[in-house]
Amino acid sequence: MRAPRTLVAAVATALLLTGCAAAERGPDKDGVVHLRFQSLAWQKESVDINKQLVKEWNAAHPKVQIDYVQGSWDNVHDQLLTSFEGGEAPDIIHDASDDLADFSYGGHLADLTQLLPARLRADIPQQSWDTTTFDKKVYGVPFLQEPRVLMANEKLLKASGVRIPTPEQPWTWDEFRQITKRLTTDMGKGRYGVAWPLKEPVSATLNLGLSAGGQLFHQGDDGKTTIRFTDGDEVVPGTVHDQVNTDASASAATLGMGGSDTLPGFFGGKYAMVPLGFSYRQQIAQQAPEGFPWKVLPAPAGKAGLTQGVSPQTLSVAEDSPFKKEAVEFIDFFLEPDNMTRLAKGDWMLPTGREALKDPSLRTSKDGWATGTALAGHLRSAPAQAVRGYQEWKDKVATPAYQEYYSGAIDEAALRQRLEKDGNLVLARYQR
Amino acid sequence: MRAGRPARAGQYLALLAYLVFLAFPFLWLISTAFKSPRELGDLHPTWIPQDPGLDNFRQAFEEQPLLEAAGNSLIAALSAALIAVVVATPMAFVMARHRSRLTTAATGWVVVSQAFPFVLVIIPLFLILKNLHLINSLPGLIMVYVVWSLPFALWMLVGYVRAVPRELEEAAAVDGAGRLRTLVSVTAPLLMPGLIATALFAFITAWNEFFFALVLLKSPEKQTLPVILTHFIGAEGAADLGPLAAAAFLATLPSLVIFAIIQKRITGGMLAGAVKS
Repeated sequence: MRAPRTLVAAVATALLLTGCAAAERGPDKDGVVHLRFQSLAWQKESVDINKQLVKEWNAAHPKVQIDYVQGSWDNVHDQLLTSFEGGEAPDIIHDASDDLADFSYGGHLADLTQLLPARLRADIPQQSWDTTTFDKKVYGVPFLQEPRVLMANEKLLKASGVRIPTPEQPWTWDEFRQITKRLTTDMGKGRYGVAWPLKEPVSATLNLGLSAGGQLFHQGDDGKTTIRFTDGDEVVPGTVHDQVNTDASASAATLGMGGSDTLPGFFGGKYAMVPLGFSYRQQIAQQAPEGFPWKVLPAPAGKAGLTQGVSPQTLSVAEDSPFKKEAVEFIDFFLEPDNMTRLAKGDWMLPTGREALKDPSLRTSKDGWATGTALAGHLRSAPAQAVRGYQEWKDKVATPAYQEYYSGAIDEAALRQRLEKDGNLVLARYQR
Repeated sequence: MRAGRPARAGQYLALLAYLVFLAFPFLWLISTAFKSPRELGDLHPTWIPQDPGLDNFRQAFEEQPLLEAAGNSLIAALSAALIAVVVATPMAFVMARHRSRLTTAATGWVVVSQAFPFVLVIIPLFLILKNLHLINSLPGLIMVYVVWSLPFALWMLVGYVRAVPRELEEAAAVDGAGRLRTLVSVTAPLLMPGLIATALFAFITAWNEFFFALVLLKSPEKQTLPVILTHFIGAEGAADLGPLAAAAFLATLPSLVIFAIIQKRITGGMLAGAVKS
């Protein structure tokens, strides 16, 4: 009797595994639709505002209820991928635009082109929509973004007598290099004009490189993307390399650090400036010693002015969701100008919406808000985010190449060769 | 031959240095948990917080459901440890006592299975659990943890079983005990240190596991501690350091307490089978 018993068990298991597909989702017995919204908000103010907005929506829409799910930036790509493949993705998905390309090409995200209300469409400028548009279809609503700025110790800059830049009259990259040299001389031994936290060097380099006309990724007539390291691409990495290796005006020790790691040195007067994302202001406001004279300065400008690349935070809808219309209605509510302003303040970032950007609280000089707001019009889609194979190129080719170049282990010719030759081999595999 | 006094002093110094090295991250974690945000930004950090306070702990508890998450982790880890040991013990007994090509192949498979990366297995696993309606449930997660820790638990226990003299089991058989009775009454008590060491391994593996819990548990009230801890971390590695350290410190306590309680038995378990009698 053993064999039949085993057979029955095996068949039962197989049936269990294959035959219990989840039922099609629909309204519950009271006709209420439930949507899952996975938010990646993580700072207390931001989480509170997210939850409050969900509460307000639920109170006003008894037939469409949003279930708030707390997500995490850590491993969000793998977590979403698994959910998509398993047919269990949240209906409304918070992510960053540079993570959307693979999901949209993979058919996991809904095309929102026809679903977006005219108000929302018009409120967000085209350069922001470009960050979430692939194959002329919109796969997410960009709503928060942050430029890279220079966090500066105003006291040290004033003591040195250097010109303080403004968004209207920013430093050029050359001027920036000269100023960091001068600051280093004035500050004395063991102190530096600038600390570049370049643990993740690729996005910082490429995004700032747009200001100097860098592009790196070029699309040919055949639609294929190749990498070309032009003179424009050389300006930003060349400046950093020379500050570290020629002028000794940038700390070599911070090249392997993350942004937060450089803050104690910044507060302690070891570095006069640190290039960081706009939202780092929150950490500075919280952690800086009482009366610490910090100021937000625009990043240096090149021949393309203050232009720089960003990957905004986005809200998308899962292709599998049976409630796409309702999901977009919630997104529309969530991103009404007043709400977008609240979300931006909670995250210390800039809203993408034109109306939200007009809010006086985002134009105050306190905590550098006005400088950031002035940069909003210069923000463009990060150069590589729609390029297939970018992640592999970044991890296997670009990150080690830039790290070695910045530390002085290789020269510019070697950097160029690695980025172009090795990089194009990687991209070619994704474009066959 | 006895070591001279200078040699012994050197040994103690080396041991002390090693202990300091091992304890450094934990002590630094404790120190960080009690520091204020301003002190965390100090260029010259001190071991002892200058103005120690419980604000980070209060904030951590206010922002995240740490107690519920700890409860979930405890349920998942204890269940996984218990089930893994219960399932692995008879299997280990068979593999240790009945050598054949099958048991050799099984041992090989155990070694190979440890080399699979999480991301390779997560999607099929997710689909299976979905069909079993075990997504977003602690039983589903426990099942994964048991499966995940089982090979190594089995591998550990095989060694412990082999260290138990076969003659004892033969004597039990002569006295009329069946295989199950022999396993329960004769082998298992002798295996106790090994069982505890194996259970502790399975417990710590499950207690610290992050990725499966992240992917499989959707509802906030079901999430485990490692997942909740990542809620203090933002994009590009930005972190709310004080509350994160406070929460991480609390998360280490159960493991430490359990380890402290049963460390003597573990030491016995580690040494069991080291020397053939």
